[in-house]
Amino acid sequence: MSAMIEVPAARIRPAAGGVAGLLRSAGIAGLVSAAAIAVATVLAVIGPLVAPYNPDLPSLGLAWVGPSGGHLLGFDFEGRDVLSRLLAGAQSSMIGPLAVVIGALALGTALAVLAAWRQGPLDSVISACLDILFAFPGILLAVLAAAVFGAGLTAAAIALSIAYMPYVARVLRGAALKERSQPYVAALEVQGASGTSICLRHIVPNMMPLIVAQATIMFGWAMVDLAAVSFLGLGVQPPAPNWGVMISENQPGILQGYPLPALAAGICIVVVVIAFNILGERLFARAQAARR
Amino acid sequence: MRWRFLARRLAMLVASLLVASFVIFGALYLAPGNPITALSGGRALPAASLRVLEQRYHLNQPFLAQYWYWLDNALHGNLGISITLQENVSAVIAGRMWTTGGLVLYAALIILVVGIGSGILAALRPGIADTSVLVTTAVSAAVPSFVAAIVLITVFSVKLGWFPALGNGTSLGSNVRHLTLPAIALALSSLAIVARVTRAAVREEADREHVQTAISRGIPARQLIRRHILRNAAIPITTVSGITIASLIAVAAVVETAFSLNGLGAYLVQAAQSKDLAVVQGISLVLVVAFVLINAIVDLLYALLDPRVALGSRAQ
Repeated sequence: MSAMIEVPAARIRPAAGGVAGLLRSAGIAGLVSAAAIAVATVLAVIGPLVAPYNPDLPSLGLAWVGPSGGHLLGFDFEGRDVLSRLLAGAQSSMIGPLAVVIGALALGTALAVLAAWRQGPLDSVISACLDILFAFPGILLAVLAAAVFGAGLTAAAIALSIAYMPYVARVLRGAALKERSQPYVAALEVQGASGTSICLRHIVPNMMPLIVAQATIMFGWAMVDLAAVSFLGLGVQPPAPNWGVMISENQPGILQGYPLPALAAGICIVVVVIAFNILGERLFARAQAARR
Repeated sequence: MRWRFLARRLAMLVASLLVASFVIFGALYLAPGNPITALSGGRALPAASLRVLEQRYHLNQPFLAQYWYWLDNALHGNLGISITLQENVSAVIAGRMWTTGGLVLYAALIILVVGIGSGILAALRPGIADTSVLVTTAVSAAVPSFVAAIVLITVFSVKLGWFPALGNGTSLGSNVRHLTLPAIALALSSLAIVARVTRAAVREEADREHVQTAISRGIPARQLIRRHILRNAAIPITTVSGITIASLIAVAAVVETAFSLNGLGAYLVQAAQSKDLAVVQGISLVLVVAFVLINAIVDLLYALLDPRVALGSRAQ
């Protein structure tokens, strides 16, 4: 009890066992997922540098040739090395979802904490606006944005952030309401701390496990949606390397009997998304356990 | 109490539709350049056509008046004219609605039968059935619909030749054949969440006291499952199924493009690529209305199934 009187940074639930606890609770699947995500992230940064061949140079005489020599995955429809294009494409395939997650989290957290802190009419207005935003499926908003602003990754990413924001806000609002009713918040208010400082220095950090878990799962959704938008030709534009674009470019090859380029890009997307889903679920479970 | 809940839900429905239609209409003004360039898609039009466009869209009037005219027209079934096809947007939508509708229904059927079925199976038979359902759903949840599409085409169309790869088919029978692979591709990622929620709901119900009481009273398993477990588990299952089916409407666009079906979604994408804004607005409006309506129906269904919701906190 007396510990609550002197409150530099009230952290009711300390991180369980630090890094060791994290590794133990992740399990084998969690660790493998984290490793896959780490590889994908590294490739997103250095992909174009480690690509063995030029990912952008077409050479039509080699179109659709299968795996041979130093080309582990063969050539795509324009005779470019598939493996190099996959490595180079990791960049645009991972940056888009990152932007979406950051945007949705920033907006969603701000609105959720604001609604939970002020409560009353402001809360009702924000909740009503969020409920209305739920009416727009992500892909539809991205297509609308592409029609209005022209095809491209930026417009699609912004549209998806706006579409995902209500999901984040709904989950975080519940958690923020719970935090707000904790005794330490009342103690801080009595001591004269301002609403903003309580929110920023105590409430949001205490919601961090939930925020991180939400961000991880959302990365998976964003990756699927952005790849779909690029597949439709409304996101990243060919001939830029991007996993979604590669599937759409090489789809004609499937009917001609050359499924490898399109399938390889598809497998990359699936592996990364599975990794994010598994890790996200583990993080969610951990966040739930910590809150109990 | 029930009427208040209904009235509030309906008010929210109307508000959502109004705001959504306003945003869709307002997109015309968000586009770079002026509305005329947006409507013509950047093409150079003769002066007479420009005057027709101005008149039809009432571009000389204030913004809200224009919105009102557009909405009024839309409610009467007039959604404008497609610049690229030179046809009425509503006529084109009516022609393609059945493909999309059929696809979504087919996928919904697959989701309900396979998703709920495997969820119940996993919940009531722990062990290998449970694990395999969990693993399969973890994988299928991560497979985007267009990746599923190309895998299905590769395996079932090219290699095995069981189903056609592209197009719509001509008669009802061949329509169903052509829509099978697209419906599976569309259903695959939604199957996962429906199966998981079903499994969680059934497991939770099976642990309840009233089920234990029923077992101790010797009620046979079939009846137990149907009347005691599933009845209560139906509530979250219905909700998640409804929400997933509603989300099929948007993803259908991707699947239609992958399989070259002439549905609403594919047309929406083509119109977005060619910047045919009237078509994009028209189809977006139809899709958003469908999405909002289905979600509202799911909410009302949830209130019907669970009397505690409509009665409010008093009943809890």
